[in-house]
Amino acid sequence: MSPRSDPDALSRPHDHIDAPERDAAAASLRQDGAVAQPKLGPVGWLRFAWRQLTSMRTALLLLLLLAVAAVPGSLVPQRSSDPNGVSQYFADNPDLAPVLDSFQLFDVYTSAWFSAVYLLLFVSLIGCVIPRTKHHFEALRARPPRTPARLSRLAGYTERPLALPEPVDGASAPAGSANEAADAAIDAAATQLRQAGYRVERYELRGEASVSAERGYLRETGNLVFHTALVGVLVAVGIGGGFGFSGQRVVVEGQSFVNTLAAYDSFNPGRFFDDANLDPYRLELEGLDAVYETENQEAIGQPIDFTAHVSVQAQDGAAEPGVVKVNEPLRVHGTDVYLLGNGYAPTITVRDPDGEVVFTDSVPFLPQDANLTSIGVVKVPDGLADQVGMVGFFYPTQSELGSGAYTSSYPDLIYPVLTLNVYRGDLGIDAGTPTSVYTLDPSSMEQLTGGSTGVESIELMPGDTVDLPDGLGSITFEDVSAETGGDPDAAADDFSQSVARFASFDIHDDPSQGWVLVFAVLILAGLLVSLFVPRRRMWVKAARRPDGTVVLEYAGLARGEDPGLEDAVAAFADKHSRPARWSSSREAA
Amino acid sequence: MTLDQISITLVYSAMAVYAIAFIAYAIDLARRSAAATKAVDQARMPAAVAVAATRSTSGDSGTDAGIASVPESTDGMTVDAAADGRDETSGRQAMGDTVAYGRSPSLRVGVAMTVVAWLLHLAADLTRGIAAERVPWANMYEFALTGTLIITTVYLLVLVVSKHDLRFLGTFVTGLVLVLLGVATVNFYVSVVPLPPALQSAWLVIHVFVATSSVGFFALGFALSVVQLLQSRRESIVASAKAVKQSFLATLPDSATLENLAYRVTIIGFILWTFTLMAGAIWAEAAWGRYWGWDTKEVWTFIIWVVYAGYIHARATRGWRGSRSAWLAIIGFSTVLFNFTVVNLFFKGLHAYSGL
Ligand code: HEM
Repeated sequence: MSPRSDPDALSRPHDHIDAPERDAAAASLRQDGAVAQPKLGPVGWLRFAWRQLTSMRTALLLLLLLAVAAVPGSLVPQRSSDPNGVSQYFADNPDLAPVLDSFQLFDVYTSAWFSAVYLLLFVSLIGCVIPRTKHHFEALRARPPRTPARLSRLAGYTERPLALPEPVDGASAPAGSANEAADAAIDAAATQLRQAGYRVERYELRGEASVSAERGYLRETGNLVFHTALVGVLVAVGIGGGFGFSGQRVVVEGQSFVNTLAAYDSFNPGRFFDDANLDPYRLELEGLDAVYETENQEAIGQPIDFTAHVSVQAQDGAAEPGVVKVNEPLRVHGTDVYLLGNGYAPTITVRDPDGEVVFTDSVPFLPQDANLTSIGVVKVPDGLADQVGMVGFFYPTQSELGSGAYTSSYPDLIYPVLTLNVYRGDLGIDAGTPTSVYTLDPSSMEQLTGGSTGVESIELMPGDTVDLPDGLGSITFEDVSAETGGDPDAAADDFSQSVARFASFDIHDDPSQGWVLVFAVLILAGLLVSLFVPRRRMWVKAARRPDGTVVLEYAGLARGEDPGLEDAVAAFADKHSRPARWSSSREAA
Repeated sequence: MTLDQISITLVYSAMAVYAIAFIAYAIDLARRSAAATKAVDQARMPAAVAVAATRSTSGDSGTDAGIASVPESTDGMTVDAAADGRDETSGRQAMGDTVAYGRSPSLRVGVAMTVVAWLLHLAADLTRGIAAERVPWANMYEFALTGTLIITTVYLLVLVVSKHDLRFLGTFVTGLVLVLLGVATVNFYVSVVPLPPALQSAWLVIHVFVATSSVGFFALGFALSVVQLLQSRRESIVASAKAVKQSFLATLPDSATLENLAYRVTIIGFILWTFTLMAGAIWAEAAWGRYWGWDTKEVWTFIIWVVYAGYIHARATRGWRGSRSAWLAIIGFSTVLFNFTVVNLFFKGLHAYSGL
């Protein structure tokens, strides 16, 4: 067995595989003792607890616990990543959900118990890394240890004859020449080892010259960098993330929004976020190109590309063009703009019985399936005899199912149809309570078309106008290509530009991102170094045999995983003992 | 015949050749058992007395030698044997230590067939990629096709690089590849379709490829850990000198060697996995606007990473090196397989790219 007189091991957790066995035995004794004799004072207890917390075994158990604790978050929907899933879960499991909720199972990764596990782990980590770092700095300055008395028990032990200088003219070699040759050989070994990246130290023991060499301090450095960078990631995420924000905003083609708090549809500030930091630039969506597969029979209608062409205008500057695509966010004015969704925003105009326009807007309809069957709501609060709400379906390419129901069979505008159910009464928005623009609460309204009313739903194609029921007025589904003049050559049944599209943008700022990346790179670099740089010692000794001859002994010692050690010792012995190398250079000198 | 159809034909051909290789490797394992039994029978005749003596006297030292967690247990055993002075006869040798196992024609057939299957498999993967005009790993079927190719590649690579003869892993490797390819062609197959915008990224090439590569290394580490456990069980039985039923294990490296090999293969997998996790985060930032959101697939990537970090720690923890750490490697690979199958198919999340 290799000797474990390893100074490094002392700074390791007591149950590290390379820590001295004696130490561990003492620890377990102390442990038993602690149970048997309650003499351990408060300080003693604290030291004992700390020692347990920073042991390898605790680190390991906490790691495994962390893995297990992460599992439930993948089985139950999480509020952070899937809020709709959580609502659905509550609806589907009304009895179970509140119980799960009381265990924070819908917020696993911010839950008290998950946090407890990783915080304990990181306390253990810090407690483990600090003494090791201190010790490592000392080790970096320490001399390689004395050459062991017997190299023959060590890894890769091999010997080579010591080449003596050629006797001149047959005369016997002078008495001191063997010593001189040995010294020269050890000198050469020291030089060669130093060149190979070893730190070397010459020793002279009982008249035997030797060199002790050590390399691979980088291994421990890498390990410490790795663990420290883990803490770095945690801190960067925990603190840096608090200064950022994320917001969502739907923008229809031709419209724009200004980066201010009020303009967002939804906004999530970090804990330390100050909205005075928002740079009020203007972002206009000039156009959204959607490309769908038309040729591959297996994938007709599959999206190929979405590109939002925008123009960005600083508060006091000129507009600059920009592009936002999936996978290619636009990074402007300290924020990142992502294209996370898109759909259609039919332009609808409502007139009163006199033909006066009481409502006109492009209303975003939310896609429900891959072919963009979309649902939207139109609210006309003023100008008509009563408040009017409409719930509609939009089909970019309408087709009829066997049941008579409509569906969309292709996501692009081939045969666009809008159907609307009309309600009159109280929209419920006057009280000032915020309501979603995407839902209609029909509880205090009267349904006029569709459903059980017996009146056909309103059905429109771009450019169509029909009367609203009850003589309320009229509604028009505007053809926006006509508005812009359109393509004069376009056929009458070309609807491809007839309906405006919207883009839903996510706008983020996360100042922790750069830091996390830096620490991630350190983690990877530290890992590579600590797992692949061999830490090893090597010794070369000019050993005197009982018969007075001197031989060169070579041996190594692995410190940690080092599969290449024996080969390395052999290779060094071969290289070094090639006599031409040192004896001739000695003679030349 | 379209390129994709050619690719499919190549896949089926590769599967047929893998099956032949599998049978050859299995025959080899059977022959190993026979060789081991024979070695014991031969050794037992003259050494019966010595064995009996060993049994009655070296109970304690014998258990020591069998503890797999002593990395130098091979040395330990020989030193032990020499120190005892009683065990030098071949009786103990044949039962406890590695039985020399000469050249095996079936093993050579197995390796040759694996190489042929690998070539067909490579051709299948390349034609699929050319047919799709992109990298062939954008849906479950393609992950499986490329992932199994990488498992075989890693196996062949390790055969070339390793100082130890690891061809005995062929049964596991070809068996696993065969099963996965079977499931992929029957259950996961989708025809070539264009990439959805979310997958149009250089990270598809890097992130997914590196992830798949690390699975190749984890698979091999898993196989070695399983054999390690079997071997260390055998070693402790041998050490306690109960009646030993000889198996192919007698012809394989000892458990400490297997453990070191498993560790080396697995840490390569771990580094690749670490990179996978980071590359995934960078891609997620570009595609979804956040680098980490505890999406189900992210959760499982994290779990796998933590389990393997546990494995590495276990190797450095007294009382955990040896069989316990091997169990962690096995659990680790189980989570990898779980992530690839159950999570891809049944868990809801943003990573909905199975194409099914
Ligand atoms: C977030 C928690 C942790 C993770 C993810 C982690 C991960 C790792 C990894 C991947 C390695 C192998 C690479 C290397 O050597 O640098 C390693 C090694 C090591 N870790 Fe940790 N670790 C964690 C916490 C800890 C703690 C709390 C301790 C101390 C109690 C610790 C002590 C060590 C030691 C001593 C090694 C060297 C093992 C050897 O000698 O081979 N680690 N860790």
